[in-house]
Amino acid sequence: MPKSIVVIDYGMGNLRSVSKAIEHVAGQQHRVHVTDQPRIIREADRVVFPGQGAARDCMAALSEHHLNEAVLVAAREKPFLGICMGLQVLMESSEENGGTELLGMIPGRVKRFPPNMLQGGRRLKIPQMGWNQVYQVREHPLWAGIPQDTRFYFVHSYYVDPGDTRIIAGTTGFGIDFTSVIATENLFATQFHPEKSAGAGLQLLSNFINWSP
Amino acid sequence: MLARRIIPCLDVDGGRVVKGVRFVDIRDAGDPVEVARRYNEEGADEITFLDITASSDDRDTIIHVVEQVAAQVFIPLTVGGGIRTCEDIRRMLNAGADKVAINTAAISNPEFVLEATRRFGSQCIVVAIDAKQVSGEGEFPRWEIFTHGGRKPTGLDAVAWAQQMVEYGAGEILLTSMDRDGTKIGFDLALTRAISQAVSVPVIASGGVGNLQHLVDGVQEGEADAVLAASIFHFAEYSIGEAKRYMAEHGVEVRLT
Repeated sequence: MPKSIVVIDYGMGNLRSVSKAIEHVAGQQHRVHVTDQPRIIREADRVVFPGQGAARDCMAALSEHHLNEAVLVAAREKPFLGICMGLQVLMESSEENGGTELLGMIPGRVKRFPPNMLQGGRRLKIPQMGWNQVYQVREHPLWAGIPQDTRFYFVHSYYVDPGDTRIIAGTTGFGIDFTSVIATENLFATQFHPEKSAGAGLQLLSNFINWSP
Repeated sequence: MLARRIIPCLDVDGGRVVKGVRFVDIRDAGDPVEVARRYNEEGADEITFLDITASSDDRDTIIHVVEQVAAQVFIPLTVGGGIRTCEDIRRMLNAGADKVAINTAAISNPEFVLEATRRFGSQCIVVAIDAKQVSGEGEFPRWEIFTHGGRKPTGLDAVAWAQQMVEYGAGEILLTSMDRDGTKIGFDLALTRAISQAVSVPVIASGGVGNLQHLVDGVQEGEADAVLAASIFHFAEYSIGEAKRYMAEHGVEVRLT
């Protein structure tokens, strides 16, 4: 049966990349919509929630588009994929912009990487920009066909620190070991960009489209 | 551990790849989509397009190039050349670019970088710096920013300029040595190291790559976070895969595919 996959557009980030990658793996039988309409999000079979930029701007844009509730309902009820800021804004609060309240669906905070972290005697550059390994903490349908420690593309200065470690589905080392993926019953959210992570990223998106939580 | 990135750079003029890409088994070596797809298959970590279109009438062609590539190649894409306004940036990002590289416009109006990073976020704003050594033999090394392909001095100190651009929000520095560009004798390692140590954001080394050891040197001695090269890949002297294997064998963390 054709599924409608909705990519939430609230003016933050490179939605074209996300929707193109999903169209690429979805093929002809699924419909992909990019929308800022709560009604269309409510009617979707599955929802992708991307995001880029600063936490405060993302929260402001969500409010402006009256999307908070639609996002929260979808994140509780539908197969839901958060990407980058789409992971971070699900948490309670962020250190970014001198402290920012977030959607508060997932207990935990968003923290900045500490300054002057060293790797091999050299200072790590922030943002973390590039391909890093994701350690799959546990099995998950979205990891199907993706080997342990596969590299994905990251661009970020902040990371999530969930209160409940049982929701951690992936970790990554960048000076410290941080949570790069969380998963609850129907939700999977990544700090990396699957839409920019070549074959491994497309595999993950394809797994999401076929996921029946 | 985060991998060092290898970035092939394509010069695009009027929508066509120039400076002759020479893959024997590619149908149309001037087609940016075919070339980008090939680099992606070889394991490129990103692709940079430099739009060198001289005529402003043809400027829109790069938008179509980016759209077509972004629909088929799912790795980060950076576009440089002719980025002068926030509207230019918006159009590139909407077309599917992940980052834009700002060069001359940053020099004529540094506030533009501030405005661009505030509006679009640091993660998509790369400041491109073309530097040339201006100190003499035996003097403490100094580099200045040059424009117009290295012909026009600006008087700006390269290290101070890089730091200012990062203060203004640049998420990355694309550093080209105009002394080395096209020479194939390797990166200016002292310049690369000086800039990399002076800023908190990633630095992409560019200009001078002639063999695979140069890439290793750029990372290990130049302390570059990423290395960019054009001709060694275009003329299929080395594939990206060969470059990565060589770097891995010499102790550089890379993404092997």
